[in-house]
Amino acid sequence: MKNCMKCMLDWVDARFPLTANWKTHLSEYYAPKNFNFWYYFGSLALLVLVIQIVTGIFLTMHYKPEATLAFSSVEYIMRDVTGGWIIRYMHSTGASMFFVVVYLHMFRGLLYGSHRNPRELIWLFGVGIFLCLMGEAFFGYLLPWGQMSYWGAQVIINLFTSIPFVGPDISEWLRGDYVVSDATLNRFFAFHVIALPLVLLGLVVAHIIALHEVGSNNPDGIEIKAKKDPKTHIPLDGIPFHPYYTVKDIMGTVAFLIVFSAVVFFAPEMGGYFLEANNFIPANPLVTPPHIAPVWYFTPYYSILRAVPPILNSQFPGVVAMGASVVIFAFLPWLDRSPVKSIRYRGPLYKRWLAAFVVSFLVLGYLGTEPSNVWGQFAASMPIIGGADRATVVARFFMAIYFAFFLLMPWYSKSDTTKPVPERVTA
Amino acid sequence: MAKQAKQQVDQGKRSFLIAATAGMGAVGATAVAVPFVASMLPSERAKAAGAPVEVDISKVAPGEMLPVEWRGKPVWVLHLTPEMKASLGQHNDKLSDPMLEVTSQQPEYCKNATRSLKPDVVVMIGICTHLGCSPTAKLQTGGDMGADWTGGFFCPCHGSKFDLAGRVFKGSPAPINLEVPPHKYLSDTVLLIGDDSKGTA
Repeated sequence: MKNCMKCMLDWVDARFPLTANWKTHLSEYYAPKNFNFWYYFGSLALLVLVIQIVTGIFLTMHYKPEATLAFSSVEYIMRDVTGGWIIRYMHSTGASMFFVVVYLHMFRGLLYGSHRNPRELIWLFGVGIFLCLMGEAFFGYLLPWGQMSYWGAQVIINLFTSIPFVGPDISEWLRGDYVVSDATLNRFFAFHVIALPLVLLGLVVAHIIALHEVGSNNPDGIEIKAKKDPKTHIPLDGIPFHPYYTVKDIMGTVAFLIVFSAVVFFAPEMGGYFLEANNFIPANPLVTPPHIAPVWYFTPYYSILRAVPPILNSQFPGVVAMGASVVIFAFLPWLDRSPVKSIRYRGPLYKRWLAAFVVSFLVLGYLGTEPSNVWGQFAASMPIIGGADRATVVARFFMAIYFAFFLLMPWYSKSDTTKPVPERVTA
Repeated sequence: MAKQAKQQVDQGKRSFLIAATAGMGAVGATAVAVPFVASMLPSERAKAAGAPVEVDISKVAPGEMLPVEWRGKPVWVLHLTPEMKASLGQHNDKLSDPMLEVTSQQPEYCKNATRSLKPDVVVMIGICTHLGCSPTAKLQTGGDMGADWTGGFFCPCHGSKFDLAGRVFKGSPAPINLEVPPHKYLSDTVLLIGDDSKGTA
């Protein structure tokens, strides 16, 4: 029997590099032995991607991308399709958890310098994945055709209207109509279920191929390939991904699925942060809900959009600031001039800036979930800011820190003190 | 053999052929892209759906507002009370464009104090000029909008504020005033939204 398995494998290997691929990417891919908690989120992102694709396929079997039917077909999935509610809640929870996992995955990069030379391309593919994910979230959010779906799409498409000269034509082309309508819903469905997933999968493959070419970074931010066993040429601090990290990742998967299931079963709406209450009302093109906010993962950028006042009768500067706040991540590998990669060997300057960035990301995120007048206004008599919303002024302050973290990085990362980096990875 | 070795590759010719092939390929790809890109434009059916709408405004009492759908957008017909009308002239210093200098935001015949054909009936598109949400009517003075609020509209998306004639307050993210659609009166109480041509309707 064993011999037969072996001969079948040989037959395949003579025609397709199955064993060779297994070795390159798993059993003989040597990853640093000092991975810690932060290294769970890459494999978890892959897990959520699989959850989204599988649940998405089953949702399309019952969903109808047509303006008069979409809302009720989602309710049909929730009420009448056997097991439909759990498939949909897995998909909606998966969307939010995707961003949780990806934000933590990106933060890991900022901690240990995973975006630095020679891993710039891995980071760029990652930023591409992040942009695709935002696109997926946006296009997917229109599909239930609720009030938040409708007005969210209306606002985002109108962002393009502010582009000088060609803006109005671009948004009309994106909508396929003069208002968000059936034509818009139909094409967003196409983008959500086929166009972007294809791009996303391609980018994920490129991300992993690039990673396995240069090898993984680690919490010490040193290259394990620099110290190899002279006979075997295996990095001295490397351990094969399989079985060591497959086992570790299974452990992470179990812990993640406990949290994931808890949300799916006990709090699928997550108090209005994962699924917004107004989206249980069918889309009404004549009435905007009294309080409209994007889903939590977009709120930091939304706060930035809202914080920028119109300049020269145009809201374009705010739109540019919001776009820049996302795209600026792509430049990180070249903004960081520190001689060391890991936060373990950096000085206090980078640590403080990173902490300030995290705080501003969270504050902007919180403010994005609240109306701009949540804290009232400054007295009209105050100089310069007289009469302005308090929350808007706070958002402007933290927006400045958000951008300063990136734009001042070439200076503070270079002038920061560093500690000596070890030759070999530490525990 | 020696002769063959001398036959060098003509690099200039090779580069030209590569560039010409790539160029032709790019032209072809662009040509193929045209119908795909064009297919996303508003269809003939969508273009045909933008007909003007007739509204009977006889039942809109002073202080009331009637929302009407035109081209899928909300159009507000607001009947001003004398107090509302009086309030309009008193806060010009707080407005971004009190004198209506941005000409695209209303037809020429509405460039007046109430931005309307009839001084007590304001017609405007209820879509915020910032990012297209529909502002909430806060027609009463004061209330949750603060003590100095003289009535108007508040956009729930990004906090833009407009007065009763749709003029934007300073400090709002909306860059210009609410738009006034082309419109005309077919009779004293029948309004036609979406068409302001002279002659018979």
